[in-house]
Amino acid sequence: MPDPILQISGLDAHYGDFQALFGVDLDVAEGEVLAIIGANGAGKTTLLRSISGLTQNAPDMIQYRRAPIGGLRADEVANLGIALVPEGRQLFPSLSVEENLIIGGQIGRKGPWSLQAVYDLFPILKERRAQQSTSLSGGQQQMVAIGRALMANPDLILFDEISLGLAPIIIKDIYDALPGIIGEGMSALIVEQDISKALSVSSRFYCLQEGRVSLCGASATVAREDISRAYFGVA
Amino acid sequence: MEWVNAIVQGTLLGGLYALFAAGLSLIFGVMRLVNIAHGDFIVLGAYLGLSVTTILGIHPLVALVFVVPCMAMIGYILQRGILNQTLGGDLLSPLLVTFGLSVILQNALLEIYSADPQKMNAGALETASVSLGDLSLGVLPLLTFGIAVAVIAALQWTFYRTALGRAFRATSDNQEIAQLMGLNRRHIFGMAMALALAVTAIAGIMLGIRTSFDPSVGGGRLIFGFEAVIIGGLGNLWGTLAGGVILGVAQTIGAKIDPGWQLLAGHIVFLAILAVRPNGLFPRVSG
Amino acid sequence: MKHLDFHVTRSSGATKIAALLGIIIILGLIAAPWWAGRADMRLLGELFLYLALASLWNLMAGYAGLVSVGQQAYVGFGGYMLFALTIFGGLHPVAAIGVAGVLGALIAVPVALLIFRLRGAYFAIGTWVIAEVFRLSFAQVSSLGGGSGSSLPVGIVKSLSASRSGREHLSYWLALGSALIVITAVYLFLRSRNGLALTAIRDNELAAGSLGIDIWRTKFVVYVVTAALTAMVGALIFLQKLRISPDAAFSVNDWTAFVIFIVVIGGIGTIEGPILGTLIFFLLRETLADLGTIYLMVLGVVAIVIMLKAPNGIWGLIRSKFDLELFPLSFRVKKSHSSKGA
Repeated sequence: MPDPILQISGLDAHYGDFQALFGVDLDVAEGEVLAIIGANGAGKTTLLRSISGLTQNAPDMIQYRRAPIGGLRADEVANLGIALVPEGRQLFPSLSVEENLIIGGQIGRKGPWSLQAVYDLFPILKERRAQQSTSLSGGQQQMVAIGRALMANPDLILFDEISLGLAPIIIKDIYDALPGIIGEGMSALIVEQDISKALSVSSRFYCLQEGRVSLCGASATVAREDISRAYFGVA
Repeated sequence: MEWVNAIVQGTLLGGLYALFAAGLSLIFGVMRLVNIAHGDFIVLGAYLGLSVTTILGIHPLVALVFVVPCMAMIGYILQRGILNQTLGGDLLSPLLVTFGLSVILQNALLEIYSADPQKMNAGALETASVSLGDLSLGVLPLLTFGIAVAVIAALQWTFYRTALGRAFRATSDNQEIAQLMGLNRRHIFGMAMALALAVTAIAGIMLGIRTSFDPSVGGGRLIFGFEAVIIGGLGNLWGTLAGGVILGVAQTIGAKIDPGWQLLAGHIVFLAILAVRPNGLFPRVSG
Repeated sequence: MKHLDFHVTRSSGATKIAALLGIIIILGLIAAPWWAGRADMRLLGELFLYLALASLWNLMAGYAGLVSVGQQAYVGFGGYMLFALTIFGGLHPVAAIGVAGVLGALIAVPVALLIFRLRGAYFAIGTWVIAEVFRLSFAQVSSLGGGSGSSLPVGIVKSLSASRSGREHLSYWLALGSALIVITAVYLFLRSRNGLALTAIRDNELAAGSLGIDIWRTKFVVYVVTAALTAMVGALIFLQKLRISPDAAFSVNDWTAFVIFIVVIGGIGTIEGPILGTLIFFLLRETLADLGTIYLMVLGVVAIVIMLKAPNGIWGLIRSKFDLELFPLSFRVKKSHSSKGA
């Protein structure tokens, strides 16, 4: 196995007074697409918040390219080349579509992604570039959110529930586009409730249940019943 | 004709009030902070101008070259050193900390410069006027109004046309997501306060050329600026200029009726607008 | 298995001892004219009036979330009403104090309707504008001396008591009485249904609203009641000063800045905080007053440091360290029998 780009060991995380993660161990290899699945409240979003620095942790619990980053602020993590596509898209309403993309790239990392590259990927955004981002449809907003994260030219990109609240046809479009996006040598971590979608684009998966890793393995070979058990707990 | 004159003079006075208000409006827009010490910073700007003009023997307008960056630096340090710690929780903390700053600033100025009223000497500029038909317009009020328009246009441009303005708007929209874009909100807030106090420096110097000032006049300037912001509508910079003009006109017309009514008339117009249009005349954001 | 009985109570050993000590101290203070000197009594009288103002401001800011920097509006209004009612209305000064309170409540109603439209910090500056309007308006009333102010006529002063010491004793007791009344009123108010609603609002405005608490109405009641009591305290303050002017009556430093510092330093959102804060404030003032402006700067720095490092003030520090509460407001769960437990 190649060197891990991200290594999480014994991560405990709290959400207010509530402990959301208990000793989670996880690693992402360089260039790998990893899926995180699990029911609502399993701790998936907390995991992504911890990695991206929105929630602070003990420095050593999260290592990026062997450097401890658990204690860094979100802006410091972003500058290291980790980008998050947040749940619910969370575009900036007072910025136009193009400005949302530009601000995604403002940390100035070199790489294949530019305004033009994002417009090539999602041509509709070029047509809508001057509009307020809130005037777009849900699917188009998701494209902006993905484009905004790509503009940072990250080495590791985190997707949080990108299918949430979108029509099935749009979800299909976006998942069809994903391999082309991630194929550029980027590593990715995909959090998703839709298990089959998550498994179809990933090489390995982790299943979270009540804040703990309940199952992990190769996405292609895992048995459905194993997943159901890990997902919902023992019936 | 006297009334037309009052309205014109009031409009020009409104330029000064818009300068008082612009910094207040800016920091509220970016970080929802209301700086109770804002008026005292205007007075600080005036005193810094006074010191620079007396020490270097230069014209007050030239003193801007020194005072503006100096105030901007104070703003950045103040924000990163103290005010950032007050943000994020309830509103009590920023309110009371800036209130404490106001008292400290006022008494520090009192200690250094004494309570005697001071004024900056701008030479011929103070008395120069141009005639427009029957109206005689002071060059200084005209200049002040022109500067106010230029400052607001520059702020507007910064907000909507520059990377810094984009960062201001993004941070104002959603601090967490802005952090994910690699923006350090502490720094962004520091920059916003630096910009606000830079504008405040201009306001202070224009104030100090126009009238005499002493350490206790800050509260009144805060109130005028605040009234201009509310009349114009939160988050709308051109609205703030309009608010300043309305306040200025109300004051000069009030003074025309009875000299004792100048300030009262301004406050009454403000309260009337608050009663009829609680979001101001040209609202943009709710807040 | 051993069965344990629990019961819920507000009082604790500390509150009972505090109540007893409080009664002894109050009796001693009532008797002050027989043991204290003239200067001490003046100082104590002033201390009680500040204690009353601080407790009232604390009720608004610390419990109702109404941060006002314009309470000088009601201090000055009360003072001017005392002068107007006694000079033109022929009222006895003590009666005038009561009427000043009623008028304060009446004027607070339209004021609240207006400034409640402003949120948060803008509400604070709005209250300041109101105070300015009051100041400028009273400066226009020439029969009360206009901008330069006026003195209380000798006849009215004499109507309090013929002798100087009689007047001094009376005004001392009035000041002590006002502090006691205000603290008792705040305490009873906080124990009432409205008070519980206030605490709920402070803790979570959204949740309180969804629980059916009428937030606007509760805040409105607090604002008006506070205005009435502040006006009465204001009337008392200027009964002691015997002279009033717009600048003194509506001074933001004297009636708001000091009061805010007292509450912040003592501990906002507690009944004990303003009491402790007033004591500290007067202690500092009596020892550092010679420093003049430096003293005010020190006060400002202390307030900022406390706001940043210990937002619950000095009383908050004491309370968290010793789990102490002198005024029984919060409920505690206790074991009925002092059995050997944890």
